[in-house]
Amino acid sequence: MNSSPLLQWPVQGDGCRVPYGVFTDRDWYAREQATIFRGPTWSFVALEAEVARPGDYKSTFLGDTPVIVTRDNDGQINVLQNRCAHRGALVCRERRGNARRLECVYHQWNYDLKGRLRGVPFRTGIDGKGGMPDGFNLDAHGLVKLRVARLHGLVFASFSNDVAPLEDYLGPMVVAAIARLFNRDIVVTGDQRQFIHGNWKLYAENTRDPYHASLLHLFHNTFGLYRSSQTGACKMDAGHRHTLLYAMAGTSTAEADKAAYQDSRSLNTAFKLADPSVLAGRREFDDGITLVILSVFPNLVVQQIANTLAVRQIVPYSVDSFELVWTHFGYADDDEAMREIRLKQTNLIGPAGYVAMEDGEAVEIVQKAIARDEDAHSWIAMGGGRAEDAEHLVTESAIVGFWENYRRLMGISVAAV
Amino acid sequence: MNLLSLSAPERRLLVEELLARYVRCLDDDQLEAWPAFFTAQCRYIVRSQENASRGLSTAAMYCDSRAMLADRIVALRHANIFETHRYRHFVSALLLDELSADALTATSNYVVLRTRTNGVTEIFSAGSYRDRIVVEDGELRFAEKLVIFDTDRIDTLLVTPL
Repeated sequence: MNSSPLLQWPVQGDGCRVPYGVFTDRDWYAREQATIFRGPTWSFVALEAEVARPGDYKSTFLGDTPVIVTRDNDGQINVLQNRCAHRGALVCRERRGNARRLECVYHQWNYDLKGRLRGVPFRTGIDGKGGMPDGFNLDAHGLVKLRVARLHGLVFASFSNDVAPLEDYLGPMVVAAIARLFNRDIVVTGDQRQFIHGNWKLYAENTRDPYHASLLHLFHNTFGLYRSSQTGACKMDAGHRHTLLYAMAGTSTAEADKAAYQDSRSLNTAFKLADPSVLAGRREFDDGITLVILSVFPNLVVQQIANTLAVRQIVPYSVDSFELVWTHFGYADDDEAMREIRLKQTNLIGPAGYVAMEDGEAVEIVQKAIARDEDAHSWIAMGGGRAEDAEHLVTESAIVGFWENYRRLMGISVAAV
Repeated sequence: MNLLSLSAPERRLLVEELLARYVRCLDDDQLEAWPAFFTAQCRYIVRSQENASRGLSTAAMYCDSRAMLADRIVALRHANIFETHRYRHFVSALLLDELSADALTATSNYVVLRTRTNGVTEIFSAGSYRDRIVVEDGELRFAEKLVIFDTDRIDTLLVTPL
């Protein structure tokens, strides 16, 4: 694995090139799991609201490793590897629940909500027969405990003892963007799950790509939810791990839109809604921003599209598949009308969403096309091909930034040819 | 039509025919005819069993008028991008429940097979229909159709109605 040709990427002056092998090589995928997901990164695992009460638990994944998120009786949140210390079975087999103890069904080893082993059946044997060795110590056989950090109701976890504190890892831009959306108590309104037959990084690129959004998603463009001609920006943190895309609806003129999209299929002014109530909403933020796509490396997207609010957790399954878990939310102080607005606008997002479903298709048509061409590469140069912030939306600069950070983490050197 | 004046087998036959015509409409790609199976003020909600059993509102599709159903089809034809596919619905275990002169409720199970362009047919969605059916202009129409799907890990995307 150390001799992977992917460890040297060609650079040819202009633009950013990504060899397709990073999306197709199984050994490379395993290396990512160790280096990125179990490396010095913070992965999103839950909203605190999902484990609100003591005893609440949720099973999920960090990378492709099963983990359990628990709220213990002290009110603390724990993230534990979902693997019994005895023979390696899943301890938690439900998606969520509430329990005093976590018990492995195989031999009923049971753990408290902090992951400490509390009981082992037949520990002293039966009638003097069997039993654990004399030196057996419950404290030495707990569930593997991950580092946990919380920010405005989001829970992150890390396998690494070397990872920077969460707020340093995120940087001030991401912290501010999270604080903006999680400015008061939220209420989770449900999950949606979407299985996509493609590599997880194709989705990481997709959510850092304001260029595609108005071209692939005709609905976005036609109804002005998002147009590249709108006021907006594409910004990164200092380490280029994370990206904030935002746009303000209603800031482009009809003339500018027509000029920008004259040859495009995606501004279809003949397409009218018979019931436009799906787009009826409220202005929620004083800053006028109506669309936010905040991509947090490696596995989180926080989104505001009109009045829809959601986090999307990326769960990689294999080199060519991942699941997107959408957790939708509103605010605890939403009135009845606002809850109805958010519910109706849910038609916009998720696996059946008017402005979201196509991303699954976009990822899959890349994955299908790049088979067997490990050394061929994409070419990414819109906006100049450098990892720079842009005060506009006609750019792929954040994708370039993503790959810079990725290469740094994976120990890839760049070779000019 | 007064539903109370029909015998139970006659009512059942009418509902079975309605469901058969409904799934044939979808499976034969006659999607423009699909909204006409509903009343003007209908509710068509596609929601995971996971959300439904937690009492949570989030739905994959949430339409509260026949016009919104028509918009779903116009978007499918002219806006959304997806791989060409075909559905085959299988509906079973129909049970009729509440009954009045002009309305009844019915539940049934469904399975939808999806065939994509590579020719492979897969189980795309399994779940249940919970329908409130009314008599309108002498015909049965859905006033409410709640599609509760068990297959909550949606494969790639959901664009054609269930």
